[in-house]
Amino acid sequence: MLTKGRGTIVVLPAVVWLAIFFLLPLAFILVVSLGSRDELGRIVLDRPSLDNYRRAFNPDYLPTLVNALRYALLTTVASLLIGYPVAYWISHYGGHRKALLLVLVMLPFWTSYLIRTYAWMIILRDNGVVNGLLRAIGLTSEPIILLNTDFSVVLGMTYGFLPFAILPIYVSIDRLDDNLVAAARDLYASGRSAFLHVTLPLSMPGIIAASLLTFIPAIGDFVTPDLLGGAQQTTIAKVIQERFLDGRDWPFGSALGFILIAVTMVGTLIALRRVRREIVGE
Amino acid sequence: MNRERNRFLSAYALLVYAFLFAPIVVLIVFSFNDSKRTFVWKGFTTEWYAKLLANDDLLAAVGVTVQVAIVAVIFSTVIGSLLGVGLARLRFRGRGSTETLLLLPMVTPEIVMGLSLLLFFVALFDSRGSFAQLSVAHITFCISFVAVTVRSRAAGMNPHLEEAARDLGASALGAFRYVTLPLIMPGIVAGALLALSLSIDDYVVSTFNAGIGNTTLPLYIYSAIKFGVSPEINAISTIVVAFTALAILFAWRVGTFRGEDRQASEDAEPTAG
Repeated sequence: MLTKGRGTIVVLPAVVWLAIFFLLPLAFILVVSLGSRDELGRIVLDRPSLDNYRRAFNPDYLPTLVNALRYALLTTVASLLIGYPVAYWISHYGGHRKALLLVLVMLPFWTSYLIRTYAWMIILRDNGVVNGLLRAIGLTSEPIILLNTDFSVVLGMTYGFLPFAILPIYVSIDRLDDNLVAAARDLYASGRSAFLHVTLPLSMPGIIAASLLTFIPAIGDFVTPDLLGGAQQTTIAKVIQERFLDGRDWPFGSALGFILIAVTMVGTLIALRRVRREIVGE
Repeated sequence: MNRERNRFLSAYALLVYAFLFAPIVVLIVFSFNDSKRTFVWKGFTTEWYAKLLANDDLLAAVGVTVQVAIVAVIFSTVIGSLLGVGLARLRFRGRGSTETLLLLPMVTPEIVMGLSLLLFFVALFDSRGSFAQLSVAHITFCISFVAVTVRSRAAGMNPHLEEAARDLGASALGAFRYVTLPLIMPGIVAGALLALSLSIDDYVVSTFNAGIGNTTLPLYIYSAIKFGVSPEINAISTIVVAFTALAILFAWRVGTFRGEDRQASEDAEPTAG
């Protein structure tokens, strides 16, 4: 074991780097979000006000935050419902192939998110794969509109973040002592009630970690609503991107960014309080 | 566990696996489709791949992507591995807050990280994007993932091995160099590969920090997609997918994913990838 002083030296480069290039820039968001623009479009910071935040919560922009929350929640619920049985199956029936089955879950995640989202465009668009198939077998003559709907956005996000749900749930189920379930069965619990009263509560840390790991990327995602959603599917992240890259209204974009951080942090804190032991290992 | 449920659950799992892979298979299949307009099978062709080689913008984007990735992987692997080893093996003041600092970038929405770095560079260097800025951004979001991966490997290591080396007269640095480092090497390689794939894939952070003339492959693909779906994008995507698959195969060979190292994989966290 090295001495205390050396320990500090080893972690110092990373701490300094993250302090300068991660924490400090976050402070810039807060400062700029209180500013405004003059007639020439330049950013003015000398009269800090909360105007941008007031604007963010007016009826023009509030729906984008509500939309983002709705998509993130639907994605989280869908990922848990789809992911839990798969995690359970890998843990109980994976046998000696568990490692391989887990790698297979992660494989799509290793592929570019952008490319996977694009793949859904090919599948869902009007002359895409699904509509092509439906027409070929004569079920429809007119294309069914699948792309640019709430459905396509939630589907794309669920597809993108499903591995993040399966892995932590798998870890918590696999860690669970099978004797507890056996004991419940010995005490005449049915298979279903043993699951509901033993397995499910004990895998709760995994479920919470899974919710966190799908909710966070989903709420800040603008690639999916931009590519798989239409004009109706605007989210706060999409508005931020527009304000920064097209609209040039950086103070307002920063305010929206700060709201996004706040929402994420609140969600994280709520979940982390319950799951801290599981993630950090303390 | 009765047989019926077993079969039902297996079928369900199989369906989910199909769901995970179907889009990628569709993408690859239609990169060979002999039709510009429709996504109905019209016959086999490699025409779209040939077209890619004549596309200068695309090749330039690949060049930028590789350069940024090299810089990002080297820096983030060195800095992140030190942090990972430090957190797993050493005691120092401010441990708890360092732990939090490590987790924060992973729970911060990418878009927030991207725009905050843009504001930072505009305010301090009057830079709206450059190669250096892009590299700094990539290093920043890679560090945490490398550190988490290396830490879980280092935490699974038997601390007595290093103590034994010290007892046999090795210096602290010598024990690290000849005992600890080789043992955590699979973690470092896995961390570097994770950083590589994050850097190559990144669109969101790059779009804020690349500026003009530093179009990376994801930025190129994104603008191509916005312009319209085309088999050429499928062909680029297929190559990227193939490249990623090779990287994973390599990581698998290194042994970081394999079940042989049971203790390390059991200690590994889900975020370790």
